[in-house]
Amino acid sequence: MREKILAVIEKNSRIDLRDLAALLGESEIAVANEIADMERENIICGYHTMINWENTGSEKVVAFIEVKVTPQRGMGFDKIAERLYQYSEVDSVYLMSGSFDFAVIIEGKTMREVAQFVSEKLSTINAVLSTATHFVLKKYKDHGTVMCQKSEDERMLITP
Amino acid sequence: MRNPLSNTIESIPPSGIRKFFDIVNEMKDAISLGVGEPDFDTPWHIRDEGIYSLEKGRTFYTSNSGIKELKIEICEYLKRRFDISYDYENEVMVTVGGSEAIDIALRAMLNPGDEVLIPQPSYVSYTPCTILAGGVPVPIRLEEKDQFRLTRQKLEEMITPKTKILILPFPNNPTGSVMEARDLIGIAKVVEEHDLFVISDEIYAELTYQGQHCTIAAFPGMKERTVLINGFSKSYAMTGWRLGYACAPDTILKQMLKIHQFAIMCAPTTSQYAAVEALKNGDEDVARMREAYDQRRRFLVKALRDMGFDCYEPQGAFYVFPNIKRFGMTSDEFALKLLEEEKVAVVPGTAFGDCGEGYLRISYAYSLQDLKRALERLERFVRRLEEKS
Repeated sequence: MREKILAVIEKNSRIDLRDLAALLGESEIAVANEIADMERENIICGYHTMINWENTGSEKVVAFIEVKVTPQRGMGFDKIAERLYQYSEVDSVYLMSGSFDFAVIIEGKTMREVAQFVSEKLSTINAVLSTATHFVLKKYKDHGTVMCQKSEDERMLITP
Repeated sequence: MRNPLSNTIESIPPSGIRKFFDIVNEMKDAISLGVGEPDFDTPWHIRDEGIYSLEKGRTFYTSNSGIKELKIEICEYLKRRFDISYDYENEVMVTVGGSEAIDIALRAMLNPGDEVLIPQPSYVSYTPCTILAGGVPVPIRLEEKDQFRLTRQKLEEMITPKTKILILPFPNNPTGSVMEARDLIGIAKVVEEHDLFVISDEIYAELTYQGQHCTIAAFPGMKERTVLINGFSKSYAMTGWRLGYACAPDTILKQMLKIHQFAIMCAPTTSQYAAVEALKNGDEDVARMREAYDQRRRFLVKALRDMGFDCYEPQGAFYVFPNIKRFGMTSDEFALKLLEEEKVAVVPGTAFGDCGEGYLRISYAYSLQDLKRALERLERFVRRLEEKS
């Protein structure tokens, strides 16, 4: 049941418990308990809203930063990651294979704000060797959702 | 001026769905639960392959029976999914949807006066295609108490010396009924005893929700007597591509191919290349869509039962077929009133045969959100009916 619950709420976290139970053919109590367990076990880590900020008045800048580091004794990747993700400006942190070590995604109000954060906070962490900042110009698709798509049902209303 | 029309075609009444469709179309902002096609787009990798075939300039006729690659993939698919083997060179042809296959199978097999047994409620084309092929349609009335399955007894009752073909429309549109192996064994015996042939329309085979779809062609002695029809419309959400196929013994297939060759030439080339991709890499898409339909099926059945409908729980396709007899209206009256008062379009059961009287076909090829919106209106409607009575 867990995987089925997750598959549904991954796409629609606001679904009514009643509807979810009906879709899965389970009782509401069973589904509610399962969800509560998964929250406790940190399988479900949160319920967020996907917002297309471009369609609001507010300005937002997103940057993708490649970070190279030198792990040292007592300061492995996990420790360094912690130094990175503690900042509230940092949205996501991934340890990567390939030519750099961490991918860091930062959200700020202006490019200046982001640049300042990188030069003053990220770059100055001891283990950090270098950074390369890429600003996002436009977001097309996120979490499997195409941002600009307005889907209309083009089917004929009645067909045999 | 003489009557320009054929008596045969004039004798065929227009599709019941058509009538209703015209009324629905007049209505602005009607919500429909009346479609007979998936709400999903064709998976992108399949569309992409179609586009690619156009880019490469594959814009010519193919051989009459379809491209070799596709026929090979069809055979592998049937072996993999339903454990039945066909020879791609002589026993498979690609058609313009399952509908064409139904038509040409009947035309290839019927002599004037031959009777065709058509279990109903079922898809709208079997009866007119039988008449056009010179045959005599003989409906078999399926019943809710049998879960709308064809029983051995019902079949035997309707057989006469003139009976030649049995149509097996399972998983069934509109009832959602399926035939399991234990049901088919009995049917196969009767078919063999009476030397009949079967046209098995398995277009919804992939949309079977409890257990695995079972084809009658896989039973001993049945392959020689069966035209198996399937296609890409429902399983891969490819209705607009117009692509289906028929598998049959070479003696039958050769004659079907003759009609196809003169009437159609070949199925759309672009669609054929896209279909190769569907069969090669589409299993996951099929599973994903099946799971989505299955969830909505449970949701819809529960919602209808909570509303007070008697509702057989469908096992296949994407329709539920609730019983409305307790409201004291005909299917047509109910559907029309529902459309007028709440602007929800459903299909009256009678569109699928007289024995569909007292039922409605409600499709769940809709998003949960759309279903909920329509169900709210349906519930309001039902409450009003109950208050009056």
